[in-house]
Amino acid sequence: MLTAILTDIHGNREALEACLARLEPRNVGRYVFLGDLVGYGADPGFVVDTVKDFVARGAIALIGNHDSAATGNPERMNDDAMLAIEWTRRQLGPEQRAFLENLPLTAEDGDRLYVHASAAEPARWPYVIDERSAAQSLMATDAAVTFCGHVHVPALYHISATGKIAHFDPLADVALPLTQQRRWLAVIGAVGQPRDRNPAACCALYDDVTRELTYVRVPYDVETAARKINAAGLPLFLSARLAWGR
Amino acid sequence: MSEPAAPDIRDLDAGQIFDGFRLEAPLNPGGMANLWRVTREGETLPMVMKIPLVHGSPVNIVGFEAEGMILPRLAGPHVPRFIKAGDFSNPYIVMEFITGQSLKARLDETPLRPAEVVEIGVKIALALHDLHRQHVIHLDLKPSNIILRESGEAALIDFGLSRHDQLPDLLAEEIQGPIGTGPYVSPEQVQGNRSDPRSDLFALGVILYFLGTGERPFGEPASAREWRRRLWRDPAPPRAWNADVPPFLQEIILRCLDVDPDQRPATAAELAFALRNPECVLLTERATRTRRDGMMKVATRWLSARQPQPPRARRSVAGQLARAPIIMAAVDLTPGHEALSDAVATTVSRLLATETGARLACVNVMKTSLLAIDPTEDAEGRNIHLQRLVALKHWAHDMPIPPERLTFHVLEAVDAAGALVGFARANRADHIVIGARTSSALRRYLGSVSAQVVAESPCTVTVVRKAANA
Repeated sequence: MLTAILTDIHGNREALEACLARLEPRNVGRYVFLGDLVGYGADPGFVVDTVKDFVARGAIALIGNHDSAATGNPERMNDDAMLAIEWTRRQLGPEQRAFLENLPLTAEDGDRLYVHASAAEPARWPYVIDERSAAQSLMATDAAVTFCGHVHVPALYHISATGKIAHFDPLADVALPLTQQRRWLAVIGAVGQPRDRNPAACCALYDDVTRELTYVRVPYDVETAARKINAAGLPLFLSARLAWGR
Repeated sequence: MSEPAAPDIRDLDAGQIFDGFRLEAPLNPGGMANLWRVTREGETLPMVMKIPLVHGSPVNIVGFEAEGMILPRLAGPHVPRFIKAGDFSNPYIVMEFITGQSLKARLDETPLRPAEVVEIGVKIALALHDLHRQHVIHLDLKPSNIILRESGEAALIDFGLSRHDQLPDLLAEEIQGPIGTGPYVSPEQVQGNRSDPRSDLFALGVILYFLGTGERPFGEPASAREWRRRLWRDPAPPRAWNADVPPFLQEIILRCLDVDPDQRPATAAELAFALRNPECVLLTERATRTRRDGMMKVATRWLSARQPQPPRARRSVAGQLARAPIIMAAVDLTPGHEALSDAVATTVSRLLATETGARLACVNVMKTSLLAIDPTEDAEGRNIHLQRLVALKHWAHDMPIPPERLTFHVLEAVDAAGALVGFARANRADHIVIGARTSSALRRYLGSVSAQVVAESPCTVTVVRKAANA
């Protein structure tokens, strides 16, 4: 079965729609959303409603730190992010807020673990940015494959039976076999705010029969997404960074 | 399988059936794994099952995992076809059993005749080029990993030390220090670099040396410490062992064995091209060298090998191949069409200005008639072939490319387009530049050479027209 994995949509309707349109013809058996549905972008309501529909049809969705903040929990964030969260809070209706509040921190599916930030202390949202932080996540779970987001930069970590950890920089559209001899931690790049200097939205497909993971990049209508951020009166940096991809 | 308790795959005997495969007979165990000939109902392809050793070394274990990642991604006649892999609890890989002769079986007959060394070298180089085009560097090329198929191609086996440049390099992460086979491992592998496809050309150089002389250029060093010696000590020239090795072959072998990958042929296709076109190989001092380098040179290399290595620019396999394309200029020397051949020359010059690592093959076709026996001399008794060659060299005399990367070929054929396409295919050309004569009713009726080349070529084709008169 093919599983589509999307994370860090951050209220970016154009990026989400472009990814869903790319994934739809692939006969996806299950959708998984790794959190941060809102924050930064101008369409939080649309994104929450869309993901809610998917969940009603069997999708998995998790909570991210921006979703948690948007429902009123205090989270540490920089000023631009905080401004966006305060704006986002005002956009969400009670039903949308309730949906976000009730999302779980982690989900398991077979030998796979899904989490927004890291399997190590998921509620504290640590970043997986190097071998050390990847090791902490890998040590905290027995799952053969962990999928996470949060970082906005795609990466693939693996740990061998002898405990050696390594980082790999995945190329788009190359099927990567995740062998059973070792355990893997896949950081999926962001749908709504990529930061690896490639502005194309990032999502992933995982085939649990062949155990192949494919990172997918989808160019989308950045201009409209940015214009809407500006029209909402959100910080200019949040719209400008979409075209830079960082 | 629906058996209640799956037997451990390592305890199997001949005749047993595992996962649908019937074990027929064990093969000579490789150093890395147990090998069984297997059959399966409805499958006519000869197959082999590879089962990792229970108490293998880390290189064995990770190498088996890496091969399982790489082999299913390879295709074509130069690799065994992947059939199936087992799961984690019962690891195995089933692949095509390549019928043919292992190159190892020929080692007792060395030194081979130079013509045969060249023929085998071309086959291996073409197999390597096919592998490199699929993003994989073999990194353990040696006679026991090369099978000469009955159909003529060389097939490469055992990808346990290989590197796929789009997948994680599991071996580099797991193993500290160099990985390879002593007599064949390249200097850069000794220094821990596993990302250069020209490492395979070094190993092929060792093989050609061995086939041509009966000697191994670096002996059989046992320890990885001894492997380092090849960083400074050059081998005796092949002609010192066997004077029958022609100078062009010594030139090619010693270039392959250069410590600096930049001094080797840039791609396996270029190496195959050189082996097939001895007259085009520019002979340097290497070709006629009779002894090894003097102590001064060796001492200099020894000192530089002790320096910490400057970080090399990371070269992907695809990147290395793209840097050294084979460009083929199809040159029409018919009188009256000088403007067109000039336009082709201009286009080729522009290409060479951007493709600084390119090799240029200038090709002219001498049309022959189907029925009559064509004269080889003109009315004044001059050699027509030679005249064409001179004209071709004149055409290219201003090309911005060093002579060692420029070659000339006069083909004789009834079907000009077919000959050009055949040349491009055989020599793995990456880009053809060809002129198109101006359109006319007759050409539209008969079809043009350039149109047929565009339609049938295996690579990019640029069609050049001379500027129209306003």
